[in-house]
Amino acid sequence: MLRLDGVTVRFGERTALEAVDLEVAEHETVCVLGPSGSGKSTLLRVVAGLQQADAGRVLLSGRDQSGVPPHRRGVGLMFQDHQLFPQRDVAGNVAFGPRMHGMNRAETERRVAELLELVGLPGAGRRAVTALSGGEQQRVALARALAPEPKLLMLDEPLGQLDRGLRERLVVELRALFRRLGTTVLAVTHDHGEAFALADRVVVMEGGRIAQTGTPLEVWQRPASPFVARFLGFDNITAATVHGDTAVTGWGKLTVPQGTPQGSILLLVRPGGVLLRTPGEGLRCTVEARTFRGGDASTVTVLLRPHQGPPLEAACTLRDAPEEGAEVGAVFDPCEVVALEGEDADGPVQRPAGPAQRPADRVPSR
Amino acid sequence: MNTHARRAAAATTAVLTLALLATACGGSGGSGDSKSVTLVTHDSFAVSKSVLKDFEKRSGYKVHVLRGGDAGAAVNQAVLNKGNPQGDVFFGVDNTLLSRPLDQGVFTSYKAKGLDKVPQRLQADPDKHRVTPVDSGDVCVNYDRKWFADKKLDPPRTLEDLTEPRYKNLLVTEDAANSSPGLAFLLASVAESGEKGWQGYWKKLRRNGVEVAGSWEQAYYDRFTGSREGKGKGDKPLVVSYASSPPAEVMGVKNPPKEAPTGVAKGTCFQQTEYAGLLSGAKNPKGGKALLDFLLSKRFQEDLPLKMFVNPAREDARLPELFTKYGETVDKPATVPPEKIAEHREQWIKTWTSLTVK
Amino acid sequence: MDLAHREVAVDKEHDAAGRRTGRSGRGGLGGWARGGWGSWVRLGLMAGPVAFFAVFFGYPVAAIVGRGLREGGQWQLGRIGQVLSDPDILQVLWFTLWQAAASTALTLALALPGAYVFARFDFPGKRLLRAVVTVPFVLPTVVVGSAFLALAGRGGVLDAWWGVRLDTSVWAILLAHVFFNYAVVVRTVGGLWSQLDPRQEEAARVLGAGRLAAWRRVTLPALAPSVAAAALIVFLFTFTSFGVIQVLGGPRYATLEVEIYRQTATLLDLPTAAVLTLVQFAAVAALLAVHAWSLRKRETALSLVPAEHTARRPSGAGQWALLCSVLGVMVLLTVAPLLVLMVRAFDGPEGWGLAFFRALGAQQQDSATFVVAPVEAIGNSLAYAAVATAIALVVGGLAAAALTRRAGRLVRGLDALLMLPLGTSAVTVGFGFLVALDEPPLDLRSSWILVPLAQALVGVPFVIRTMLPVLRAVDVRLREAAAVLGASPLRAWGEVDFPLVRRALLVAAGFAFTVSLGEFGATVFIARPDTPTLPVAVARMLGRAGESNYGQAMALSTILMLVCAGVLLALERVRTDGQGEL
Repeated sequence: MLRLDGVTVRFGERTALEAVDLEVAEHETVCVLGPSGSGKSTLLRVVAGLQQADAGRVLLSGRDQSGVPPHRRGVGLMFQDHQLFPQRDVAGNVAFGPRMHGMNRAETERRVAELLELVGLPGAGRRAVTALSGGEQQRVALARALAPEPKLLMLDEPLGQLDRGLRERLVVELRALFRRLGTTVLAVTHDHGEAFALADRVVVMEGGRIAQTGTPLEVWQRPASPFVARFLGFDNITAATVHGDTAVTGWGKLTVPQGTPQGSILLLVRPGGVLLRTPGEGLRCTVEARTFRGGDASTVTVLLRPHQGPPLEAACTLRDAPEEGAEVGAVFDPCEVVALEGEDADGPVQRPAGPAQRPADRVPSR
Repeated sequence: MNTHARRAAAATTAVLTLALLATACGGSGGSGDSKSVTLVTHDSFAVSKSVLKDFEKRSGYKVHVLRGGDAGAAVNQAVLNKGNPQGDVFFGVDNTLLSRPLDQGVFTSYKAKGLDKVPQRLQADPDKHRVTPVDSGDVCVNYDRKWFADKKLDPPRTLEDLTEPRYKNLLVTEDAANSSPGLAFLLASVAESGEKGWQGYWKKLRRNGVEVAGSWEQAYYDRFTGSREGKGKGDKPLVVSYASSPPAEVMGVKNPPKEAPTGVAKGTCFQQTEYAGLLSGAKNPKGGKALLDFLLSKRFQEDLPLKMFVNPAREDARLPELFTKYGETVDKPATVPPEKIAEHREQWIKTWTSLTVK
Repeated sequence: MDLAHREVAVDKEHDAAGRRTGRSGRGGLGGWARGGWGSWVRLGLMAGPVAFFAVFFGYPVAAIVGRGLREGGQWQLGRIGQVLSDPDILQVLWFTLWQAAASTALTLALALPGAYVFARFDFPGKRLLRAVVTVPFVLPTVVVGSAFLALAGRGGVLDAWWGVRLDTSVWAILLAHVFFNYAVVVRTVGGLWSQLDPRQEEAARVLGAGRLAAWRRVTLPALAPSVAAAALIVFLFTFTSFGVIQVLGGPRYATLEVEIYRQTATLLDLPTAAVLTLVQFAAVAALLAVHAWSLRKRETALSLVPAEHTARRPSGAGQWALLCSVLGVMVLLTVAPLLVLMVRAFDGPEGWGLAFFRALGAQQQDSATFVVAPVEAIGNSLAYAAVATAIALVVGGLAAAALTRRAGRLVRGLDALLMLPLGTSAVTVGFGFLVALDEPPLDLRSSWILVPLAQALVGVPFVIRTMLPVLRAVDVRLREAAAVLGASPLRAWGEVDFPLVRRALLVAAGFAFTVSLGEFGATVFIARPDTPTLPVAVARMLGRAGESNYGQAMALSTILMLVCAGVLLALERVRTDGQGEL
């Protein structure tokens, strides 16, 4: 459906996209995930034809799109802040695409009604878009983007401006909707929760390059690089020297899963894998802070200051959470230990000096 | 698919095309066909509609009038367009400006009917008849009758009078560089005192407190005690204006007074004669000739005093009552030959400016 | 409605977009996508205005300059040195320069408090006053000169009350220039000032800055570019001042423009006129370059809020005193001359009444005795102004649409180029028409269209200045949204931009209309068919002796004034942005 071949975009000195290859299959929902400035919006603009690529090709249904202006590409784009036409009412906004494609009035009206029904705003056609709430605007923007029946629907931070409850509900609704319509979707977001909930496949971007692709589960379970890991909220990263199934780290020795690369690597321990015990057991730590996260599991994040090595995050239930200032022992669950590739650029990890360091510009494998 | 866009583009194109068409049509409409004749003139030209209609009906020509700014600008435009004129006849070149268009060959000869009724002194080109005198007006010092009556002072009569101490600080004139009456007054002094003597006259005038205003409007309306706006506010009972200004003061007043509130110092006048001529290269010379005849016809000549506030060139044209009752006839206005004016004007104005202003 | 807020947000976004795409814009035809496609469209849009200006401005002006400086196929550039070493000319240059500088300084000094009062205070009759203050700006200079004489001349209001007379000194010129340009400063600076968020200053106060310090550190820097822009506009207008100097200057004072007029219309010394025209061109071009630069600086993101939220009723004796004194100056400077003018129009020979207005009507009849039928002149003026407005809207609208994206030096150059007619002598243009447009198919010398064309030349810069900020404030991404939904660039403009700028278009039309209505210079120097306009009729009547003429001139001026004021007042209602550049 959509294929990007080595697409590169530069803004002066800065590279927004660097040789990006990406494929989105028919009926697939792909979510591009990354922090702001990682080039994900540029990616959408290149596909839409709003931004010209300095190198590489964009193919839609196998056809090269270079030189095709945006209005002839047949893709839909839902903008980050919706960009509803302020001077038109809801129906006028939704009808815009069909009108541009020469659909007759009766048909357009039917389509508008159908779409408003679909996004849960039946009968809202005559309302002014400026009078809508954020969630309603979002629905109108979605209806407008869907109205011309684009072969590819692109969403730029579709839920970014909504409050949490609404966002979680809408993610589910959207996913169900796209399934039902069989729409091909390329979305970008900085919220991994949103991406994981929405996507069949997730693409994590870092500085204009693709850092990792995979199903939400794959990415969550096996972040490919320290960057991806940190972006997903995992901070327990340390340099390690692996021999067999044992790794020597700042936190002492820990057991690693089978198949872990040998030698000097970086290791991630997911917070859930840091198990709290009595002070005598495992790595001795002081509880520096605890943060209640809420949620169904009543999760508490506990920040530990080990007697040796970098700070450590542990997750536990409210019932098991120790008091601040308490002394605990930490043991590591090997199932939650992941080997990372690449260099950790910004982590607070002390890295053992040595020839084992990897070059900084190495493209991570996927 | 792009119907709307195409419509917008079409509309834009249509507007531009229309505009161009309009310009093109307008351009060709001015003159060229033998059924119309074009008069090029200045902003002050005026004629009663009925008089013009009459001519159109009798001659069968439609008359187009083109105006090109003040007299000086209009004349210079005609000079710039010589050989490829905008119209057939030019009206409105006066004796102070006549030299240049004559030298440049702007006009071509034609002896208009009725020229024999025009006094010899108005005829500037008596041999070749390249220009035809149409009207004349005099630039004179006007005085405020009431002011002089109140002061029990005789108003001045001649240029020389103006230098007398009893008229000290009473006169306001206009900038000769920018104002036509201002220049005429300067020329009056040249005619009176000669090409050498006029500077001495102005030195005396200056010692006697002559004031120079920037424009006729400023001098007449703002400084002159005899004009409506100057009444009770102005400070100068003497102003350089036209011989026809007194009748103009009376015009439109419901209960006309016995005499005009202002008078004319007859010995201070300079005669401005306005000429018309057939333009060289005119597209309709025949019509142009007919138009020139019309300008000198009795009908037009009797119409023009109240339209342009000047005297007709024809001696046998009857003056309106307003003129006969309130106007004064100037017997011997001063004149300077046009070629002399053309030769020296720049230098005179420069000298005059340094004498009066600096 | 929270319009201003949105516009600012948009502006920042826009900046980012500008930076994002700046490269492709400068890179020329580097490729398609946004930059490439748009630039073709822009080039197409630009073709109309460029052709218009080439044919009706560039070519005529070049022709008349060429007439002066070419002899026997050779450029006589030696003339330039000759003319420029003439002490009289140098004096004219010097006077032009210093009076413009002095007028600008005086205008700023007197009008900035006015801008402040309009921006920060609410008081009854504010809209009306703002419209009235703008009236002089669009009035023909003949009327302004006359109105000013009525105020500051002999027996004027100032003379009657305080014995102050200014008509014979250079002060008359300076004050008339203030009278003329007061509105430029009030509108340009006041518009922005009223949208500056007062909380910024409050923040500075909370952080420990005194009242004055807060103003100096926070408000002044934000205002500085718009003050500079206003100053430049005023400088431009006073540098090229013509009518005011003609009426009030006397023999002593002449500006470059007056000298060009004298050299061309009176002396027909075309070489000298050509050199002076070039000098004025150079000066004006330099000014416009600075203006464009200051405009760009002005576009830096500011914290703007809707004007309605920043103005309050004055509170406390101090504020009332300030308001009253500023309004007093304003009334004295700009309203009083207009009032005097009206008073004279109604003060007939038989006391108060409509005698002069009736006389205007009577002129229609053939038996009446005067030069132009004044009622007819009103009709002519309206018709010409309507055509000129249409031309100015088409040309200016296309240009503004093409200039919307600030990309490339070429585009910015065009922006400045389209302003040039504002700084070019009407005589030059008028005589240029005469010598340039004299061959078929462009023999327009005797066509009526020349008048609206010349008026449109002056109107176009106003249209562009009014439309451009609004067009630029339209979020690019709205256009992108339309494009992605299948709208071609032209269609996107029609569907997205046009509805948003419709009001600005109306405002621009109003400006072009009033400016055309009051246009005198270009109109009077074009040989035109027998259809005098209002200002021409006023000038004719003023040029004649007699109470009736003077009164009718005032009556006609009053009508012109009321029409202008009416249009401007209507604009006040329509006006949305408050950020127009003129």
